[in-house]
Amino acid sequence: MNTALEAFAMVATTEVAIAILASAVYGMVIGALPGLTATMATALLVPVTFYLSPIAAMATIITSSAMAIFSGDIPGALMRIPGTPASAAYTDEAYAMTRKGQAETALGAALWFSAIGGIVGTVALMILAPALAEVALSFSTYEYFWLSFLGLMCATLVARSSPIKAIAAALLGLLVACVGIENPGGVPRFTFGSTDLLGGIEPLPALVGVFAVSEIMRAMTSPLPPPIPNRKLGSILGGQWALTRRYQKQMWRGNVIGVLIGALPGAGADMAAWVAYASSKRFSKEREKFGTGHPEGLVESGAANNSALAGGWVPALLFGIPGDTITAIAIGVLYMKGLNPGPTLFTEKASSMYALYIVFILANVLMIPLGIAMIRLSRHVLRAPRAAAMPLILLLCAVGAFAIGNNPFAVVLVAAFGVLGYLMERNGYPVAALVLGIVMGTMVEQNLVSSLIKSDGEVLPFFERPVSSVLAALTITALLWPAGVWVLRRLQPAHAAR
Amino acid sequence: MAIITRRGALAAGALTTIARPTLAQPRYPARPVQVIVPWGAGGGTDATARIVASLLEKEMGQPFNVVNRTGGSGVVGHSAIASAAPDGHTIGMITVEICMMHWQGLTELKRTSYTPLALMNEDPPGVQVNASSPYRDIKALADAIKASRPGQFKASGTGQGGIWHLALAGWLGAMGLAADHVRWVPSNGAAPAMQDLAAGGVDIVTCSVPEARAIIEAGRARSLAIMAPARNPQFAAVPTLNETLGINYSVGAWRGIAAPLNLPAPIAQALTAALQKVWNGQEFKDFMNARGFGMVWGDAAGFAQHMERTDTTLGAAMRSAGLVRG
Repeated sequence: MNTALEAFAMVATTEVAIAILASAVYGMVIGALPGLTATMATALLVPVTFYLSPIAAMATIITSSAMAIFSGDIPGALMRIPGTPASAAYTDEAYAMTRKGQAETALGAALWFSAIGGIVGTVALMILAPALAEVALSFSTYEYFWLSFLGLMCATLVARSSPIKAIAAALLGLLVACVGIENPGGVPRFTFGSTDLLGGIEPLPALVGVFAVSEIMRAMTSPLPPPIPNRKLGSILGGQWALTRRYQKQMWRGNVIGVLIGALPGAGADMAAWVAYASSKRFSKEREKFGTGHPEGLVESGAANNSALAGGWVPALLFGIPGDTITAIAIGVLYMKGLNPGPTLFTEKASSMYALYIVFILANVLMIPLGIAMIRLSRHVLRAPRAAAMPLILLLCAVGAFAIGNNPFAVVLVAAFGVLGYLMERNGYPVAALVLGIVMGTMVEQNLVSSLIKSDGEVLPFFERPVSSVLAALTITALLWPAGVWVLRRLQPAHAAR
Repeated sequence: MAIITRRGALAAGALTTIARPTLAQPRYPARPVQVIVPWGAGGGTDATARIVASLLEKEMGQPFNVVNRTGGSGVVGHSAIASAAPDGHTIGMITVEICMMHWQGLTELKRTSYTPLALMNEDPPGVQVNASSPYRDIKALADAIKASRPGQFKASGTGQGGIWHLALAGWLGAMGLAADHVRWVPSNGAAPAMQDLAAGGVDIVTCSVPEARAIIEAGRARSLAIMAPARNPQFAAVPTLNETLGINYSVGAWRGIAAPLNLPAPIAQALTAALQKVWNGQEFKDFMNARGFGMVWGDAAGFAQHMERTDTTLGAAMRSAGLVRG
């Protein structure tokens, strides 16, 4: 009880309050700008944390990353341009809802289920941290191989086009992931002697290119669409309670997927959103509605990416192993502030830990009013004439890409992927599958090769370990399922004809 | 692009030569200084560069702005430092990779492409095993490695040909074994490798002790030795290879501040003096201790010697591991 009171006292200072408020606004803005990610928002905060008390320093990181992951949904829903990679999985869905005149429901769902996801993730962190960390720590490269392979297979699930085209797009993504020296062999591949290609093609410029720039190109070549009825957005949270009741199962599943994937080092919120969207489509009773502006997938993946954010802190706090790129940065700050990660953090520094939990909850509660304000502000984007909005977005894309590493090459990449994305969309190839291929390709290869090196080329160890055998069974079932269904249909022609 | 930069540099050079005769030598630094970091924001090198920059700012009275120039596995940022105008207004933090990349044929850049200013930090590799490993000390592990068949033991810590891979290769070489006697499992950095060690995936991880610290403190791994000339006061219980096995092999991941070649001597001396004050200051010490980073100092000459030594050691290790190209 005493530690809880101490924790409240640590949070209830002017410094922490200002830190939370300022970083909340900052995270909201960064996340909403295409090309600027939650990770970048966190990285830019590090020099600021030098001058803050430990709790205030951590509060800035926790708050800004949570806000950025949510507000990445805003440009996705309004303009089909995801603000952060974690929003990419359901951007098409949210945008379709906006076109149907349901922008407030789409954004409201993103906000409401993000906040719930964040709070559920925090509660899981409070109660289950040691158990979750134990699971995360038992994952070797064999388990990661199956997991990333399973993630890659989501490509055919999330796409609305034919599975063949989705697989082709994902394979193109895998090819892109081959570029560079960051592969298990440490050998430059497809670099053509270029220094810039040596580091490989990061998912972010590719993402900004295929989603944002291709959208701008489409706008240039297509006649002005019938304007979205210019009206005030309705109540943002109004319909959410009904959605919560209707899709309660999906919401919980999204939260569980988010916490589990978030807790696994190296996976993170982006992957959680993809897997949750795919699972909600796979298990939905109304699969045909997906992609046409149906909130079901939005509920599950919106909850998943924010709960993954909290899940990512589990291995970071207990073992100093980053759950995602955001906690990788946060670990450095933890050390600097004397909050060394490890089990002792939960015993010797218990009050600081409780204080961090309180900050987590506060940040997710604060997300709702701030999010509403942000949505109301950004609705004006829809009213702006297209000729004014598009060049500005293009400029933002270029600035965002440049800001990743102050490297002009990233801007060139964005442009190239814009053209690629435009051509793919024109011919019915889903760009989301391409992005998934780029994100997962490195993980699949790294874990496959590392596992094979460890097992001296034997395949058996992929199935021997308990967790990996379960994941292998899941993957292979998912892989063979469509073939099985096809064979069954063939065997019962009369049935199929009916 | 290159033409514009060159023209800009020429113009800047011309301006200073015109200005010099009329005015007395302008006080350095006359305007904000750019500090280029070849690695991403949020990492260890970035954090070190940022604390150094903020302390230099206090010493020299001009803003020192950190700019992350990432890409090309560090090549892009390292070449940005080397190709900047040598007027002291662009400096950078260079890392141990500058003594590795040219051996692999990835770049023409090497240690002699810079004016070294000061060595700020070095982290030696440790030898970590799983907490439940039967090898209680480094001697038992070394004996077991010698008795094993090639490829039986698996080690990890970073990518193929990365600094911790070379640390292992060099250590094996010093024991008279082939560089691939212990098979290297490439990983995406030290943290995933330590996790795989805890998950029972690999036998040994040769990353630096600060990188392994959290898992060690969580009781999941043990550090048996460090490959350094002396023990690290922060992890005083971990012996060196020299005192246990009698192997005098040391190599480490270091970070230092350097400027483009042909930096005028007065500016170089002023920067080195300021960096020495920074290094000796309490704030820098507190930061490095909190992060567990090793404090190693070298002035301009010391840094140059250090780089030369690293270059030779790593070149030999890379040759034995079959990583030298060109």
